[in-house]
Amino acid sequence: MALASNILENHTTPTGREEAWRFAPLSRTRGLHDVDAPIVDRPSLKALSSASGFTFTLVDGATSLSNTDDVVALKVRKNTARVQELKIEKNAVVAEPIFLSRDLQGSGVGVAEASRLLIRASAHSQATVVIENSGSITLAEEIEILLEDGAQLRFVTLQEWDEETVHIGRHHAIVGRDATFTSYVVTVGGGFVRLLPTVEYAGPGSSAELFGLYFAGKDQFLEHRVHVDHAIPHAKSRVHYKGALSGAGAHTVWIGDVFIKAAAEGTDTYELNRNLLLSDGARADSVPNLEIETGEIVGAGHASTTGRFDDEQLFYLQSRGIPAEEARKLVIRAFFMEILSKLSLPEIEERIAATIDKELNYDFA
Amino acid sequence: MSTLEIKNLQVSVETDEGSKQILRGVDLTIKSGETHAIMGPNGSGKSTLAYSLAGHPKYQITGGTVTLDGADVLAMSVDERAKAGLFLAMQYPVEVPGISVSNFLRTAVTAIRGEAPKVRTWVGEVKAAMADLSMDPAFAERNVNEGFSGGEKKRHEILQMELLKPKFAILDETDSGLDVDALRVVSEGVNRIKSNSEVGVLLITHYTRILKYIKPDFVHVFAAGRIVEAGGAELAEKLEEKGYAEYVTA
Ligand SMILES: Nc1ncnc2c1ncn2[C@@H]1O[C@H](COP(=O)(O)OP(=O)(O)O)[C@@H](O)[C@H]1O
Ligand SMILES: [Mg+2]
Repeated sequence: MALASNILENHTTPTGREEAWRFAPLSRTRGLHDVDAPIVDRPSLKALSSASGFTFTLVDGATSLSNTDDVVALKVRKNTARVQELKIEKNAVVAEPIFLSRDLQGSGVGVAEASRLLIRASAHSQATVVIENSGSITLAEEIEILLEDGAQLRFVTLQEWDEETVHIGRHHAIVGRDATFTSYVVTVGGGFVRLLPTVEYAGPGSSAELFGLYFAGKDQFLEHRVHVDHAIPHAKSRVHYKGALSGAGAHTVWIGDVFIKAAAEGTDTYELNRNLLLSDGARADSVPNLEIETGEIVGAGHASTTGRFDDEQLFYLQSRGIPAEEARKLVIRAFFMEILSKLSLPEIEERIAATIDKELNYDFA
Repeated sequence: MSTLEIKNLQVSVETDEGSKQILRGVDLTIKSGETHAIMGPNGSGKSTLAYSLAGHPKYQITGGTVTLDGADVLAMSVDERAKAGLFLAMQYPVEVPGISVSNFLRTAVTAIRGEAPKVRTWVGEVKAAMADLSMDPAFAERNVNEGFSGGEKKRHEILQMELLKPKFAILDETDSGLDVDALRVVSEGVNRIKSNSEVGVLLITHYTRILKYIKPDFVHVFAAGRIVEAGGAELAEKLEEKGYAEYVTA
């Protein structure tokens, strides 16, 4: 592996012509993508739960667990001395979700911040980690997640940012033998959000399920670049992202890169992205990309659809006495609920659904 | 006692070549408890009439009136028409992924009745209505019309008619695509609703076979966007023998 790619100095500021940056409006990152622009080191996450079975500390940040050539992640590494570490103890079964929320005391959109988190799910541990992001900030982050053998981790990130927030992040999971990683990315806020949920496997029998939902309103740019690297035999991945857009200038990007290397015999993968365009002037880019170097696999597939709201569905519901606005909400809620209901966090599900309802009222009023 | 009155109804649709008139002056009056059959060849405008009464946005009303007990139906939104007591069993019911039948029925009944049904009686009410239509209870947990067979879709439409208890029900080719057993189950369902209520029925069909199960009080022959002949049940027998040839101008 080319470790050289892990050094920021080997990279130049993206111009927008690079494949990885071609959809992003770089003028709106407040310099986060600029290798020379200043950024402050601020470990901004705080743990809200005090249950047993895990520790949350600040540790030395000299090393990283994974390789990347993402400029922003490298910039975060270069500019952070320490990493916040959430460690779930070996064999621990943490029943209650562990909530980490973003402490924005002293933050403001005027100062770019870097944040690093390391989640260690020790062998045979079971936990749910929920990262709650809200407020106004200019944030570059890297989250590395290590699942040791047999660990089961549910990882939820909620982007409920205010509209001026810029957030660029890499969320990389390394899934060990017989470990199960399930991630849920919910992005319903922020002016510019670009997330890289990426996965690699460290042993056979491992599984990653990546769910996502996003809702872009007027002038919001929300990008999710999923990358699953199957380089180990007998690993499984499922990717299922759904998004809706409403309002002029709403723009979403979904990239689903799934690579099955020659050694990855017995791979089982499927990825799916669906987008719902609720108004004119919105744009959804969706690019599934499956590259397969071995035929000895269980299955590999992908699907992507982008469609308009179905007026016939609306008419059918209305013809049964359901008012237009309620019918629309029902159909859109149904679209999202498929993902949202998997969270198994009723309060958060309600809150996200209410946020979406509010955006819809705003846009259709 | 209610009356649905259609007078000189004219309807157009927007096509690539401009506006196209489909309904050319439909006159029809239905009273509570009556069953009117509308029979006509494919393309004569039967579904256009049904959709126009229900308020589908694709159809533009260019003339005429529709009133329900004197109230202007054409001025009502789609859901207001349903609340006023109109029900359309569609020829092609729409799939709504992500919404379960039980959630859909409850939401619709709540909208129509103006209050949520009592939890305790509601479950039993739905179960009984489904059993009457020989529907598997597991149906309630499936998504609305998603992956339903033709017969299942039509049963589901009649189930809604039963639960929503309309004043007037328009059944658009409810018989099409049904095998004999399904036709009997669906027809018996409609007859049961008729005998338990004052519902007026507008039974739209291409074939006479459903009329052997559901007896019409009046039969109207529909061709080229209007009613061209009206009579009693005997008119259906004549159509059975001779078809629509004499009504269709080449
Ligand atoms: N959206 C539409 N655009 C163009 N023509 C239409 C449209 N809807 C219906 N029509 C035409 O109107 C006529 C009547 O259709 P329809 O009401 O479905 O007839 P029926 O139900 O009697 O078979 C047909 O000629 C059909 O092609
Ligand atoms: Mg028809």
